[in-house]
Amino acid sequence: MRRWFGLPGLPMILPCLVAAVSLLVWDLAVRLSRSDLFPGPWQVALGIVELMRKGLLIKYIVASLYRVTWGFGIAVLVGIPFGLFLGWFRPAYWAFNPILQALRPISPIAWIPLAILWFGVSDAAPIFLIFLASVFPITVSASAAVQNLQPVYLRAARNFGLGRVQLFRRVILPAALPQILTGVRIALGVAWLVVVAAEMIAVNSGLGYLIIDARNAGKRYDLVVAGMLVIGLIGLSLDLLVRRLERFEEVSWGYASH
Amino acid sequence: MSETVGESRESDRPVVLVRDLWMTYAGRRGSEAVNVLEQIDMEVRKGEFVCIVGPSGCGKTTLLNIIGGFLKPTRGEVVVDGEPLQGPDPRRIFIFQEGGVFPWLTVGDNIGFGILRGRKADRDRVVDRYVEMVGLNGFERAYPRELSGGMRQRVELARALAANPEALYMDEPFGALDYITRFKMRSDLVRIWQAEQKTILFVTHDIDEAVQLADRVIVMGRRPATIRTVVDVPLPRPRDFQSAGYLAARDQIFSAMGINPTTGSEFS
Repeated sequence: MRRWFGLPGLPMILPCLVAAVSLLVWDLAVRLSRSDLFPGPWQVALGIVELMRKGLLIKYIVASLYRVTWGFGIAVLVGIPFGLFLGWFRPAYWAFNPILQALRPISPIAWIPLAILWFGVSDAAPIFLIFLASVFPITVSASAAVQNLQPVYLRAARNFGLGRVQLFRRVILPAALPQILTGVRIALGVAWLVVVAAEMIAVNSGLGYLIIDARNAGKRYDLVVAGMLVIGLIGLSLDLLVRRLERFEEVSWGYASH
Repeated sequence: MSETVGESRESDRPVVLVRDLWMTYAGRRGSEAVNVLEQIDMEVRKGEFVCIVGPSGCGKTTLLNIIGGFLKPTRGEVVVDGEPLQGPDPRRIFIFQEGGVFPWLTVGDNIGFGILRGRKADRDRVVDRYVEMVGLNGFERAYPRELSGGMRQRVELARALAANPEALYMDEPFGALDYITRFKMRSDLVRIWQAEQKTILFVTHDIDEAVQLADRVIVMGRRPATIRTVVDVPLPRPRDFQSAGYLAARDQIFSAMGINPTTGSEFS
């Protein structure tokens, strides 16, 4: 006998079902409470349409993604080599790890005043904040990946007479890649989280700005919620994108297969 | 001019010579230092199949790691091909107990890993040859996680052979395999050893495995490990595991380890 959750397509159908029920509950709750301010799903949908008509939606999404691309991109370019270096070279790890671990728990939000002081109200401020937020998880995962390397792989590689460069290229990097990608995925989530927060304060465009502006400029809660929904959907897409990378053979060996 | 002594037979030349080797691990927190190996003298001749057998934790893996160049002994020396050992060397490939096959490479890429020089076509030919020899045809593009434990050990053996070493150092390579797989792996290893004419130094805790494989069995005792005796096994291959010669060699090893070969009781 086949159990019901063996049905094909269920992993796609179930989340849609949950979303539909949530919308219904939301709609019902707003109707029953007769709230003037809090919008129902229909008003939010109209809000999104309004933003699209004005061209603001695309403009703000592009603005936010632009900042994430830069901040996150620089974090990847700095964090991976730096992390690999820390993981491989013990004295560097001893030297830098305590500072890293002390900086890491400071919320990027706490850096906002300094970011404005240093970069003013410009794109550089949120980019800096996104960089800060994402560089730590990437660095830590890259250095941990190298440190977790099974010694037997290194010994085998040494036995075959590999030089330093070859050892790095053919053993250390490929062995560390799955764990590095996991760090990158976490970092991208954090980066997206931070761009919104940064835009609420440091700039006047982007999805975070949209939310704060909609509230301040006329208590347009339909646009506030519309902004939140768009942020969520883009976050979901970004995660799915990185998950696609996890299917490449270069890294898929490192994850438990489903 | 005096008559020089002619070159001794190839097979008599020791390729690995271990002299008065000691290994001591410093004790932790004031406890005494532990001698893991005490006064080891042994040799392996060219083309020979030598097994080191001893109880678990007796230091035989440590000994093989020293001979492989991965560990420095506290005292004594290892001479390989007439020269003091410098470190790991592609002419002598180690096969690891815990499995050293790279999980990020396919079977084919693993086997070709140690072929650092030469054109791609030549490398492919070597890989094909050893894929064939260890019986992994059709699995060239598979990843190690898709293979059984026995097949993974075949990949590691093929990878070692493809680098064309003079000797293989094997550290309990079949220890994690089930009985029947081990049995098959042993007979395949003997076949490959005969075809490739490599020197093999093979560590095991399994006395039957040692007698089935080796020309000579070096028997080690418990900590601190010293060599109790060396048993010659001059039996033709394939070996008859019920023959008198086989059983005699087996009994000799059991006795040297202080175990009654029929009852299993210790009489140390």
